[in-house]
Amino acid sequence: MGVINGLIKRLSDVLAALGRAMLTAAAHTGALAGFALRLAWRLLPAWTRPRLIVQELFVIGVLSLIIILISGAFVGLVLGLQGYNILSKFNATESLGVMVALSLVRELGPVVTALLFAGRAGSAITAEIALMKTTEQLSAMEMMGVDPLRRVVAPRFWAALFSMPLLAGLFSLVGILGGYVIGVLVLGVDTASYWGQIGEQMQPVADVFNGIVKSLVFGAVVGLIAVFEGYAAEPTSAGISRATTRTVVLSSLAVLGLDFMLTALMFGA
Amino acid sequence: MNAQRGLDIVVGAFVLAGIVALLTLTFKWSDFSASSIHGYTLTADFDNIGGLTNRSAVKLAGVTIGRVTGIRVDPATFEAVVTMQIDNKYNNLPKDSFANIYTAGLLGAQYIEISPGGDTAVLKNGDRITMTQSAIILEKVISKFLFNKAADK
Amino acid sequence: MSVEPYIRFEQVSFARGRQRIFDRVNLDIPRGKITAVMGPSGTGKTTLLRLIGGQIKPTRGKVWVNGLDVARARAGELLAMRRRLGFLFQNGALFTDLTAAENVAFPLREHARLPEPLLDRVVALKLNAVGMLDAAESMPSALSGGMARRVALARALALDPELMLYDEPFTGQDPINVGILLRLIASLNRALNLTSVLVSHDVAETLSIADQVIILDQAQIVAAGTPDELRARMGDIPFLQRFLQGAPPDEDSDRALAARTLLAKKLRVSV
Repeated sequence: MGVINGLIKRLSDVLAALGRAMLTAAAHTGALAGFALRLAWRLLPAWTRPRLIVQELFVIGVLSLIIILISGAFVGLVLGLQGYNILSKFNATESLGVMVALSLVRELGPVVTALLFAGRAGSAITAEIALMKTTEQLSAMEMMGVDPLRRVVAPRFWAALFSMPLLAGLFSLVGILGGYVIGVLVLGVDTASYWGQIGEQMQPVADVFNGIVKSLVFGAVVGLIAVFEGYAAEPTSAGISRATTRTVVLSSLAVLGLDFMLTALMFGA
Repeated sequence: MNAQRGLDIVVGAFVLAGIVALLTLTFKWSDFSASSIHGYTLTADFDNIGGLTNRSAVKLAGVTIGRVTGIRVDPATFEAVVTMQIDNKYNNLPKDSFANIYTAGLLGAQYIEISPGGDTAVLKNGDRITMTQSAIILEKVISKFLFNKAADK
Repeated sequence: MSVEPYIRFEQVSFARGRQRIFDRVNLDIPRGKITAVMGPSGTGKTTLLRLIGGQIKPTRGKVWVNGLDVARARAGELLAMRRRLGFLFQNGALFTDLTAAENVAFPLREHARLPEPLLDRVVALKLNAVGMLDAAESMPSALSGGMARRVALARALALDPELMLYDEPFTGQDPINVGILLRLIASLNRALNLTSVLVSHDVAETLSIADQVIILDQAQIVAAGTPDELRARMGDIPFLQRFLQGAPPDEDSDRALAARTLLAKKLRVSV
C-alpha cells in the first residue's frame, strides 16, 4: 500500500511540475503577445525619429558585420569542400556553384545569420533594455512623459528587422565567394561552370526572394523576443542574465522551427 | 555632430552593401558567364540535343573551350540549332570538325565535345559545324539493342 | 484656487499581490510647499510617488493631481501632467550612454523643439543651478553618487516642472552632499515656486526643510502636520516618538514580543 501511495505521490508531483511548466510557458507566451500588440501601435510613430533607428542600425547591424562575414566565408569554404567531394563522385563538379549558392541563399544564409544574430545582437539588446529597466532608466523616461516602448524598444525592433536580410545577403554572397575560392581556385572547378550554373539554375523570385522573406521573418522574431525579454526581465542581475539566456535559446528555437515551416510552405509541394 | 555624421556614413555604407549583396544575388549571375568569354560564335544542328542547356560546356579533348549561348529549333528542318561561343584562343579549329553531345559520367551534365578534323581551312565567326552527332538517349540505345537481339534470332 | 491642494488621495488602497501597501488612505499635499512623506522601510513611500506619477494605478480610490484623476486619465492627459512633473529617482536613473549634458537635454529634446544653441544655454543653466556645470561632458559612470543625483536633479528640472517628486534623495550620501542637496531642494522650491514631495527616512534632515510631514506605517497614515506639530504630539503616539527619535522598538510592544518568540523558537532557546 505504502509503495503504491508513494508512487501515486511521485506521479502527481511529476504531473504538477509539468502543469506548472505549461502554465508558466503559456503565461509567458500570452505576455509576449500582449507586448507585441502594444509595440505594434508604436512601430510607425517611431519613424518620426529616424535618427534613433539609424543609431540602432549601427549598434545592431554594423557591429554584427564582422562575425557574419567571417562565418559566411567559413561556411562557404566548407560547403565548397564538402560539395566538391560529393559531386565529384557523380562527375558533376560543374554544379558546385549552384549547390553552394542554393544552400546559402535558401537555407544557411537566413538561418545561420539569424542564429548568429540572436547570439550577437539579440542578447545585447536584451541585456541593454533589461539593464535600463533595472537602473530605472525606463521608469525615469516614463516619468518624463516619454514612452519607452516608442523611444527605446521600437527603434531596436526596426533595426533588427532591417539588419537581418542585409546581413543574410552579405553572408550568402561571402559564402559563395568562399565556395569559389575553395572550388575554383584550390580544387580546379571551371570558373565559368561555377558562375554559369548559378545563373542558370538560381531563380530570382523562388530562391532569392524567398530567402529575403525568411530573413525578414527571422529578424522580426529575434527582434521581438530580444526586446520583450529585456522589457519583461526581472530587475536584478540574475534576472538580466536569465533574460539574455532566454533570448538566445528562445529565438534560436523559434528560428529553427519557423524555418522548417517556411521551407515547407515555400519549397514544399 | 561630426561623430553623428561618421555614424550615418557607416550605417549608410552597411545598408548599401547589404542591398547590393541582395541585388547581386538576384540579378548579377547571368552576366558573369557571358562576360567571362570573349570569343567567336559557331552554330551546329542536331537531331536531338538531349539535356543540353544554355551555358553547357563546349569541350575540346576534355578541356572547356566555350559555352552554349543559344538553343532554338529551325522551323524548316525541325532540327535544333545550337549557338556556341568559343574562346578566341582556339581559333584554329579545322572546318571539318565534328560536334558530339556527350554526358559527363552516367548522370552528369551534358556537353558538346568537338573532335577536330584534318582540313586546313579553319572555322570562323558565324560558321556552321555540319558534322554532328546527337545526344545519346538511353531509352533509344536500349530499345535498339533489344531489337537487334530479336533480329539476330 | 490656491487653497486647493495640488495632490489629493481619496480613499486610496493599493495592494501588491496579497501584501497591502495602502488601505483607504486620504491625504492632501498643498501647493508651493515641501511635503515630506516618511516612514520605516517597506511602507510604500516609493509606491506613493509612483501613484502620483501615474505609473501604477490604485486598486481602489482616486489620486488627484492638479485636478486630474490620474488613474482614469487618458494617455494624452497623463503625458501633459508628466511634462509638468520632475521625478528624482533614488539612484538618479541617469541614462548611462549619454553625457551629463545630454541627460539634461533629453527631456528638452523630447518635448520642446529648441534650436541647438538655445538648448545648450538651457542645459548649461540647469547644470549651473545644481553646481554641476564642470561635469557637463562627463559620462554618468564617471560621476560619484552625489554628483549623479545632482545631474539627475538638473534633468528633472529641465522642463521647469510645477511638481517635484524626490525619492530618497539622501540615501547613501555623505553629510556634505546631504547638506548640498537639502539646500538645493529648499532653495529651488522657493525660487521656482514648486510643489515638492520628498520621500525619505532620514528624519532630522527632512524635518529641517519640510513644511508639512506625513508619516506612514502599516498601510495607514499615522500622523500628519508641520514638523513642530509632530514634535508636540510625540507623547501621544508611541510609534511617532520611536520613529522621530530613532529609538529601538518598544520592548513591551506585541510585535516585538512576537518577533522575539519566533526567533527564540527558531534558535530553540527559551525566552
